[in-house]
Amino acid sequence: MQLARVIGDVVATMKDEHLSGIRLMVLQPLNPAGEAAGRTLVAVDAIGAGIGETVFFVRGKEASFPFHPREVPTDAGIVGIVDHWNVEPPLASKP
Amino acid sequence: MQLARVVGTVVSTQKHAAFGGATLLLVQPVALDDQPRGTALLAVDSVGAGVHEKVLIVMEGRAAGEALGRKGAPVDAAIVGIVDYVDVQE
Repeated sequence: MQLARVIGDVVATMKDEHLSGIRLMVLQPLNPAGEAAGRTLVAVDAIGAGIGETVFFVRGKEASFPFHPREVPTDAGIVGIVDHWNVEPPLASKP
Repeated sequence: MQLARVVGTVVSTQKHAAFGGATLLLVQPVALDDQPRGTALLAVDSVGAGVHEKVLIVMEGRAAGEALGRKGAPVDAAIVGIVDYVDVQE
């Protein structure tokens, strides 16, 4: 999974029928410092995330699991909203 | 599998039910010389790893789901071991 910020959504009227009723969100992946890292992507939303929220998303076929038994054709899906995260500074290396 | 260093923790109240009480940790993949390699990611912890520890992670959905012990969990990475040491003989 990866951290990301929801920066938009996608509206598509003509789409695979198994995608109907599912929100498509535009994600900007984040590094642990909270900075944009890597290419934006579109993910299905299984959790009810809103624009501006920090979320984590899963890549691959597993992104469709929350919609089981529907076979949703997706390769990325939001599976959680992040309340906060904490990065520990590395320990000083021992001699 | 890959070697990684646990660098942080993530708190999420609203998440898919399959995560249950699973711990989410931020892990940074590392090369054999301990240098960061690639982007940090979130992995579910199935072995009780802590921040700063070197761990073994799987980055594939089915393996991660099995590590979590829950069928149909929407996960793509899991910590499956805490590394005591790595011995490389070139």
